[in-house]
Amino acid sequence: MTASSALSRVAFSFVLALAVAGAAHAVDIGQIKISKGDVAIERAGQTVPGAVGARLQSADVIKTGSDGSVGITMSDNSLLSAGPNSVLSLDKYAFDTTTNQGQFDSSLRKGSLSVVSGRIAKQSPDAMTVRTPTAILGVRGTEFAVSVDQ
Amino acid sequence: MSISSIVRAAALAALIAVAGGCATRSETVVLLPEKDGRDTAVTVTREGKEPVLLDTPYAAVRQSPFGQEKYTSNADDVAKKFGPALDAQPARSAAFTLYFVEGKDELTDESKRVVDGIFTEIARRPVPDVIVIGHTDTVGSDQVNDALALQRAEFVRRELIRRGIAADNIQAIGRGKRELAVPTPDNVAEPRNRRVVILVR
Repeated sequence: MTASSALSRVAFSFVLALAVAGAAHAVDIGQIKISKGDVAIERAGQTVPGAVGARLQSADVIKTGSDGSVGITMSDNSLLSAGPNSVLSLDKYAFDTTTNQGQFDSSLRKGSLSVVSGRIAKQSPDAMTVRTPTAILGVRGTEFAVSVDQ
Repeated sequence: MSISSIVRAAALAALIAVAGGCATRSETVVLLPEKDGRDTAVTVTREGKEPVLLDTPYAAVRQSPFGQEKYTSNADDVAKKFGPALDAQPARSAAFTLYFVEGKDELTDESKRVVDGIFTEIARRPVPDVIVIGHTDTVGSDQVNDALALQRAEFVRRELIRRGIAADNIQAIGRGKRELAVPTPDNVAEPRNRRVVILVR
């Protein structure tokens, strides 16, 4: 065995270990509770169906078709629901269940969205934001609706 | 013209159409009435503009090619614009509270009977998931109470799993003495603070 092939084998098993650890740490941040018509989740370049019961991860992008709508309950108890022709990105999500500290940034690229904020926004005003193509919404609480029409 | 240049021309036309769409974009934000009586407000910030504060029911702001405009929306407009999104809103969580014997992870007799109601609520939901949140009173340090709160939540979680809830669908968390049901000074034994709140979602 040459030194370089031994090294690449070590490097390969290290990458494998990282991949396995990555999979184990892919934390569920929310769940689809309601799904009607076409709903898809884009995750790391793949598209998976956005069916009722599907678990969501940070950086997921949820898309609805012309007949689609989707309702999500997040782990901090916030509720997000999108109407037809929507693209909703769960950009960043961190939630400490003991202290309720966290950060939840999402963006509505197009379509319509209704939001009921949860424990993250209750604990720290402005720890929850929703972006649109032209604005940043700071969420002090609790229920609002956003639309982006093209 | 070769096929590849036709394809390229078509792709360019599509890009212009998307860009053209952006120019006519309009955006709306509406603060909705708060059903549970909590404080409610949203700020809307756009580059180069003062942030707009929406803090009364149906306060709204609209961005269109003509600029930004604050106005007051109403229930009919909201239903027209956001009907499908609002219809897809998941049911709010149902909360059940169980109380503990002082310093132990043992339920009071009355709380043992509340557990049946939890299973009725779970049966009503399409894809139920359960969060078990442990709380303590203010006797002892954060460290001790965080551990005790989690221990109580884990105890209830195991009990609910034993009675048939799938382990994947139930999470235990501990809040220690951070969220008192009855506010007290530090180091006060208060039975109503020694509790586990179960959210069925």
